[in-house]
Amino acid sequence: MAKLVSPLTQAAINAEEFAKVEREKSYVEASFERGLLHHLGKALKDNKLALLCLIILCIIIFSSVFAFLSPYDPDAMDVMLKMAPPSAEHWFGTDELGRDSFTRALYGGRVSLTVGFAAMVVSVIIGTTVGSISGYVGGTVDAVLMRIVDIFQSVPSLLLIIVFFSFVPNNMMTLVVMLALFSWSGVARIVRAQTLTLKERDFVIAAKTLGVSHPMIILKHIIPNMTTQIIVAASLSVASAILDESALSFLGYGVALPKSSWGSMLQNAQQYILYDPLLALIPGAFILLTVLCLNILGDMLQHALDPKLHK
Amino acid sequence: MSHLLEVKDLKVSYHSYAGEVQSVRGVNFTVDTGESVAIVGESGCGKSVTAKTIMGLIQTPPGEIKKGSQILFEGKNLLDMNEKEWQAYRGSDCAIVFQDALAALNPTLTIGRQITEKIMIHTDMNKEDAMKEAERLLTLVGIPNPAKRLKQYPHEFSGGMRQRAMIAIALACQPKLLIADEPTTALDVTIQADIIDLLKDLQKEFQMAVIMITHDLGIVADIATKIVVMYAGKVVETGSNYDVFYNPRHPYTQALLRAVPRLDVEEDQELESIEGTPPNMIAPPAGCAFCTRCKHCMKICQKMEPPTYEFEDGHTAQCWLYHEYAQK
Amino acid sequence: MNQNEKILEVSHLKKYFKAGKGVLKAVDDVSFFIRKGETLGVVGESGCGKTTCGRTCIGIYDRTEGEVLYKGKDVHSLKGQDKKDFTKEVQIIFQDPYSSLDPKMKVGDIIAEGLRAHKMCASKEEERKVVNDLLETVGLNAEHATRYVHEFSGGQRQRIGIARALAVEPEFIVCDEPISALDVSIQAQIVNLLIRLQKEKGLTYMFIAHDLSMVKHISDRVCVMYLGTIAEITDSGSLYSNPLHPYTQALLSAIPIPDPKVEEAKNRIKLEGELPSPINPPEGCRFQNRCKYACDRCRCERPELKEVEPGHWVACHLTDK
Repeated sequence: MAKLVSPLTQAAINAEEFAKVEREKSYVEASFERGLLHHLGKALKDNKLALLCLIILCIIIFSSVFAFLSPYDPDAMDVMLKMAPPSAEHWFGTDELGRDSFTRALYGGRVSLTVGFAAMVVSVIIGTTVGSISGYVGGTVDAVLMRIVDIFQSVPSLLLIIVFFSFVPNNMMTLVVMLALFSWSGVARIVRAQTLTLKERDFVIAAKTLGVSHPMIILKHIIPNMTTQIIVAASLSVASAILDESALSFLGYGVALPKSSWGSMLQNAQQYILYDPLLALIPGAFILLTVLCLNILGDMLQHALDPKLHK
Repeated sequence: MSHLLEVKDLKVSYHSYAGEVQSVRGVNFTVDTGESVAIVGESGCGKSVTAKTIMGLIQTPPGEIKKGSQILFEGKNLLDMNEKEWQAYRGSDCAIVFQDALAALNPTLTIGRQITEKIMIHTDMNKEDAMKEAERLLTLVGIPNPAKRLKQYPHEFSGGMRQRAMIAIALACQPKLLIADEPTTALDVTIQADIIDLLKDLQKEFQMAVIMITHDLGIVADIATKIVVMYAGKVVETGSNYDVFYNPRHPYTQALLRAVPRLDVEEDQELESIEGTPPNMIAPPAGCAFCTRCKHCMKICQKMEPPTYEFEDGHTAQCWLYHEYAQK
Repeated sequence: MNQNEKILEVSHLKKYFKAGKGVLKAVDDVSFFIRKGETLGVVGESGCGKTTCGRTCIGIYDRTEGEVLYKGKDVHSLKGQDKKDFTKEVQIIFQDPYSSLDPKMKVGDIIAEGLRAHKMCASKEEERKVVNDLLETVGLNAEHATRYVHEFSGGQRQRIGIARALAVEPEFIVCDEPISALDVSIQAQIVNLLIRLQKEKGLTYMFIAHDLSMVKHISDRVCVMYLGTIAEITDSGSLYSNPLHPYTQALLSAIPIPDPKVEEAKNRIKLEGELPSPINPPEGCRFQNRCKYACDRCRCERPELKEVEPGHWVACHLTDK
């Protein structure tokens, strides 16, 4: 009979313990995969720079939204106090008409950020629609749509927008449409590439054999499975929209006066650059900080949401 | 008599995103010269981690070899060696063949370059002699046109030929121990049979010890003289191939043997399925890891780790059923 | 209903893919049929076209030539309501339990997808009840419906895949290597489940796999494929005892049997040479360059699949004597 070879203490058990027990089924399941938010939280914790960027971005966004709390009217002139240096009353000083620079920068942020985010939303919607249809349907449709994308990617967008603005009035609405018109093509390319791989996946084939319609497959299976790529593309597209908007405003094709954005403040400041460089530095710093933060966050998102890096 | 390789209380963990995965939780077995040992188990049972530890291929971190673990090769504890000694050991004393030969071979170097490189590191042969030696090795593993093949890149080889080339590289410098980590899993059955035959022939010719890691009981029956059955990071049964196949002692081994259909027997009965799933290795159970799936589970099994019992010479099983108080 | 009714009839089916400059002949002129209620096992080594064949048979891939009749109707020219009915009656179970389930959907939604596509449930409550019943049928719990698939192990995912296919009450299921990615102890669970479901619901299976022992266990008849063509079709009982095609003989002898004494006594038929590429397959019999019986006729004339004994089809010139 069996000979015990491991230490005896381990086997010194009394007889009652040996009553056979009903075996109960217990499923022990490990969840190695976590949700999106979990990965984001972890990535932010690991990447202190990204966390700092997120905080800065939040401060800029919140202060723009709550700009009305400022005691100054952005358009109220104080002729007695032109080009004042920073002081306790005017944190960043005043401009050539005696307006409070800090308040103006916050209100300018409203325009810049709104235009940036709105342009991103529109371009993501157009890009996702075109990209997913192009990738899913394939064939001639794909070829035609992708050539259109090529055309949009190869034209000098700023120049064309300037030309367009000689025919249409420039307000926030048209600005957003114009910016979106020239930035959706990048999103479309990313979405199309993802769709091409996703449509070969077994769960899409399974949906087809179940008789699920093609639009439903795109909406329920294809698009939800590339949210991470879309989020990353979107964060980078906000940054480029803000830059483009600033460039347009600087060239005088931004939103109409008296409304101002960071770009138009820059334009305004250029004639006084030698007397009061601070006027240019403030909007410049806001643009730089916002775009830099968005780019760093976009980069972080790309790493945090890449499932290949989670193992 | 001292063994060629003796693994004593080996414990290896991986620190992962979700927590500490206890891949290997106290593994003991021995390998003698000229013996072929098969380590059988399902995915995640720790068989590959054990093999990698013997080769010194565990990255630390994320891996961690627990204190108290010992791997004695000809009496010397491998885990105390420095990187230089490891390099000398890998290749000349011990070699490994991986499952995925395409990933294990460098795609930018010719096969000849990869073999001669290894020969020249471990011996003082010059380039010409090494090339001749490489040609001899390719002939040995049954690759036709060796002189031409040496100048080719891995992607120009078919799956079976690539695995043969891997074996040739492993054989360079005549290792005393060859570890084959699922060498045929990615191959078709007809090619798999060729590779297994080749390994058997080579083992006889060189009197090497071979550790075969696999999940396929058919391959085990074909090649092994000694079998180590692993489940959830532990050895549950060891014994000679006849003992384990014809007189399995552990309920897991018994169930596993009845869970695979036999090609050569006419049978109409249902396969015996092992209900449930293997335990989570982040929080392994306190008692026997197999207890939730075992037909003979007792209360004690859920609470305490089972002791090891020896039956015939060298046939051991870790199971409470063989305790004197257990009801038969 | 006639027991011998053929539910699927495939004749001279070809499926070619473009591969760079050449043409990949994944399936090259295969003909077979599947009777209602039986299991046809399809085996072969990787690249033999068994998966492509299964997928072409149920219209996932377009055919290049030939005809697939499901209940007398041509699968590749179905339109409108016929097409809708076909997607309800024919289902597929996949090999990879990870890529076959949408990671962004809950288990309940995955299973209910087919029910919704065919508007099979009048209300949400009815749908929930059907989904729960299905989960229990495949050995899971009703509470699993609200979880996401990443919480499940491979075997459990495969059960979810089976429940999804069963939801639309199909008659014919293509099982595309459903157990290849699973561990040995889990394989038996899934195979037993498939056999039980077949008995309960009178399903017809086309069971594609490379594991010949498992195919023999589950199938009534076995079809052996080699390089895009069918080598042999026979009852699973007589496959091992009486293989007629030289390739089948070599394949059978190559499979290791979990019994040391049998393995020691075995005399294996070794195959010479390598599996040719399906892009430029050899002329004549596809197997001729590895076959030790190959003669001149094999090198120029392609053998047809012929019934040499009742229920035993072989494509080999050697049987012509």
